[in-house]
Amino acid sequence: MSTITDQAVLQVQNLDVDIRTPQGTLRVVNNVGFTARSGTTLALLGESGCGKSMTAKAIAGLLDPVAQVSGGSAELLGEDLNQMSSSRRRQVASPGLGIVFQDALAALNPVYTVGAQLGEAFRIHRGMGKKQAKAEAVDLMRRVGIPEPETRVNSYPHQFSGGMRQRILIAMAVALNPRLLIADEPTTALDVTVQAQIMALLKRLRTETDMALVLITHDLAVVAEEADDVCIMYAGNVVEQGSVQTVFANPTHPYTKGLLESVPGQGQRGQALSSIPGSPPELSRIPAGCVYQDRCPLASELCRAERPALRETGPGQRAACHFAEQVPHATVSQTGSTEKEIPA
Amino acid sequence: MSTATIQRSDTVLQVKDLSKFFHVSAGASGSRELRALDGINLSIKRGETLGLVGESGCGKSTLARTLMMLETPDAGQVLFDDKDPFALHGKDLLTWRRRVQMVFQDPFASLNPRMSAGQIITEPFATHRDLYRGAAKQRRLHELLDLVGLRRTDADKSPQEFSGGQRQRLGIARALALNPELIILDEPVSALDLSVQAQVLNLLNELQQELGVSYLFISHDLSVVRHVTDRVAVMYLGRIIETGTTEQVFDSPLHPYTASLLSASPKLDPAQRPAGRIVLRGELPSPLDPPSGCRFRTRCWKAQPVCSAERPQVRVREQGGTIRLGMPGDGPVQGLHSTECHFPVEVVESGQRGRGA
Repeated sequence: MSTITDQAVLQVQNLDVDIRTPQGTLRVVNNVGFTARSGTTLALLGESGCGKSMTAKAIAGLLDPVAQVSGGSAELLGEDLNQMSSSRRRQVASPGLGIVFQDALAALNPVYTVGAQLGEAFRIHRGMGKKQAKAEAVDLMRRVGIPEPETRVNSYPHQFSGGMRQRILIAMAVALNPRLLIADEPTTALDVTVQAQIMALLKRLRTETDMALVLITHDLAVVAEEADDVCIMYAGNVVEQGSVQTVFANPTHPYTKGLLESVPGQGQRGQALSSIPGSPPELSRIPAGCVYQDRCPLASELCRAERPALRETGPGQRAACHFAEQVPHATVSQTGSTEKEIPA
Repeated sequence: MSTATIQRSDTVLQVKDLSKFFHVSAGASGSRELRALDGINLSIKRGETLGLVGESGCGKSTLARTLMMLETPDAGQVLFDDKDPFALHGKDLLTWRRRVQMVFQDPFASLNPRMSAGQIITEPFATHRDLYRGAAKQRRLHELLDLVGLRRTDADKSPQEFSGGQRQRLGIARALALNPELIILDEPVSALDLSVQAQVLNLLNELQQELGVSYLFISHDLSVVRHVTDRVAVMYLGRIIETGTTEQVFDSPLHPYTASLLSASPKLDPAQRPAGRIVLRGELPSPLDPPSGCRFRTRCWKAQPVCSAERPQVRVREQGGTIRLGMPGDGPVQGLHSTECHFPVEVVESGQRGRGA
């Protein structure tokens, strides 16, 4: 389903993000790189705390004050977002980059009508008057499938259902026809029938405008259905990336393989699911060497001594594993349901 | 299953026409009635897992709370071993409470941070004093920790020192402490990461095989439900609109809502994806103002005038695939594949979904 122009809209290279804590500085995003191309969907996939949302916030310039980009670059259409002055950033990034958050109620202002909030982009960036901006807001609401937009434009966020609020957030993000849309867990809080509606809407908008979509999610099935490329993160690092088809059909990192095998519904019903022992390391206790060593069936001395770099493991596929070639044959534990303690 | 349980009735729990209404204030116009449960019928056998699926707001949690006696039903009956727990008092009620326990969704909110893991697990013994005392209490604690795969030394730690998966193990140990016959699992793995979720699901399965306990497994994740349950009940706006074995419901759904839920849930395996996805119109209507007749008709692509005029009767699918009208009470209670729809889905390409293999 790929590509009309295939232009690299967003290029992230060697991105590092640090957080200052009372215990010292923590590296939460380490050496992350990927490219999002126009007309395609790139998924950032990982479990909670893996750094996927931090990466998105760093790109969008929305990091908390305690966090900062300490290395690397994120280029939107060739211009590094992190090097820009704030006024230049407003000029370039605001119309060029849209972002949709998970919790739509928290992302909308409760004391303004949705019309006022949707129209804001047009008033600030297009210099429109209130009336004209409201007309644009109505158009936008129609475009994202909100019924009766002429009357609903005067409603407040709490008067909408969860799915409709998410549509409003999406409308706001695509108001100025951005080249890049980042959607951070856009359907996690929604029911499955509404999730299907929202994913269909995102896909339609992406196709209509040929923008690049970066989809942040923890749901492998959503990635399998919606994304062209995938970038799998673990403990702040990219462990595997490539086209979804290749990576899911032939994972070359033990973590990817373990995740794919943990999804219920493939084995016989009632049989034990394969599971990854242990749980992800705390950010303050990320081991030297490979970040996945404590849970990995292939871990050896080399993995404890040296952190593997991302390297080519197949056509258009890269993985950070010393033993990538052995992964297809490795099996994760079938019954081992006891969590392994992560050594300090 | 132990011999002691076989002598008792085969069915642990029966729910008959259970209804629960809430009164919601509606300003000057007085209060309105919210029918959270509106005539629920279901049954759970010993050692069986019944899955309960449906969208948020459909009444799943109200049902769980009513079964735990946290809510009093407005109509209908709950029968536990053929006895109505709402008719029990005093010591009988206390003994009954041992037999139904619950595991909550959020392992971060459901464990008291000021208590140690050991205190949390043994707290039920403070109420049920005659069960385990002194050294027996300590032995039981160790037994429970072993059962759920935690270490005995973990007993002195506080909940904050555990990961999400380990906390959910603690919650399971607490639920098991009194040797219950039925555990209500309210979204037990939805707060957990995928890699940890599989561990907890495996544990629940092992425990059931070892202890013969029944589960009511509430979840919105259809792939999880398909994997762990024996039978499934699908809820929509306070009613159960389809029940059957997991194979029946997943491979050949009768109700359009079930079909659309299955179709809408994303699949990892491209071979399992339906050719055309059913994307429903709209969202769950407000339970304060449910549609007349069939409650699903406002979102249903098969809706006809009769659907708004008449509430659909129960229809049962026979062995050969023919669908007949249900007799009063026979569908859910007998464990047949049944639905409440005027126009149940007739033919379904079960080959496309692959059956459980």
